[in-house]
Amino acid sequence: MAIFEALVEVQLRPGISDPQGATIERALPALGFAGVSGVRAGKAFRLQVEAAGAAEARRVVEELCSRLLANPVIEDTAVSITASAP
Amino acid sequence: MAQRAGVVVFPGTNCEHDVVEAFARLGVPAELVWHGARSLSGFDVVVLPGGFAHGDYLRPGAIARFSPVMSAVADFAAAGGPVVGICNGFQVLTEARLLPGALQKNKGLTFVCQVTELEVASDRSALTAGVEVGRRLRVPINHFEGNFTAAPEVLRALEDEGRVVLRYLDNPNGSAHDIAGVCNGPGNVVGLMPHPERATSELLGLTDGLVLLGALLASAGAPPAMVPA
Repeated sequence: MAIFEALVEVQLRPGISDPQGATIERALPALGFAGVSGVRAGKAFRLQVEAAGAAEARRVVEELCSRLLANPVIEDTAVSITASAP
Repeated sequence: MAQRAGVVVFPGTNCEHDVVEAFARLGVPAELVWHGARSLSGFDVVVLPGGFAHGDYLRPGAIARFSPVMSAVADFAAAGGPVVGICNGFQVLTEARLLPGALQKNKGLTFVCQVTELEVASDRSALTAGVEVGRRLRVPINHFEGNFTAAPEVLRALEDEGRVVLRYLDNPNGSAHDIAGVCNGPGNVVGLMPHPERATSELLGLTDGLVLLGALLASAGAPPAMVPA
């Protein structure tokens, strides 16, 4: 067994309104940021997973995503797995 | 008529006593049920009241969904028992997939706390059985995440099947189709963002909540409002 580091990014699905991202985007011109658009707010989680291999670690994290970390009705997740330093 | 109501209390629920008081006003004894309970036997109506279950951490309802009582709520609902989620309780029911859709942050990112005017959009739910469609009710709302969101095909199905139970006349939070409340297919599981229990006393200025809660208690113990398809 090895320890894997997982990074889970949770984002609202395309087409789902994002009042938080929209509000941040609206504030940008006042701060002098011109030309910044497409702001979407999300969440990120870092986890450590004990597993036999990266594929198993990914499977565990993806199940965790669908059951708890994200609401599939409105959110998508992206999982990246890296081996932990020994 | 309901004989005994169960009011589920999660850590962070804060509207349970208002619901008990409202039911008492309607002549039905209600009992608080801690979220660790594994059975709801003996109740003929169950309410998930408002508040901040488990601190609303992660997403409102996301953790509450895994409280032991939720298996009992799912069984109670599957047996046709009336279940109503108010505000945070609505959020819990959507996270538990007992109701469709999700409740997003309000449009404009404002916490809304005001009296809203609602229109009864369907009488095919346990909360509106026998209430005239089109009837207008004044009921307060008090939430940050009440913006009802669902995929277009889900919204279409809700409309086609008469499962939009209540609509806002002046949409306060960006909800799709002005939806304030929905029900499941058979109509026995209902979720709504407005707080009918806060509109039950002349002294406090609003009594329209009694129309909804009265309909709920009257329909409980009777066969489900809708026959499952």
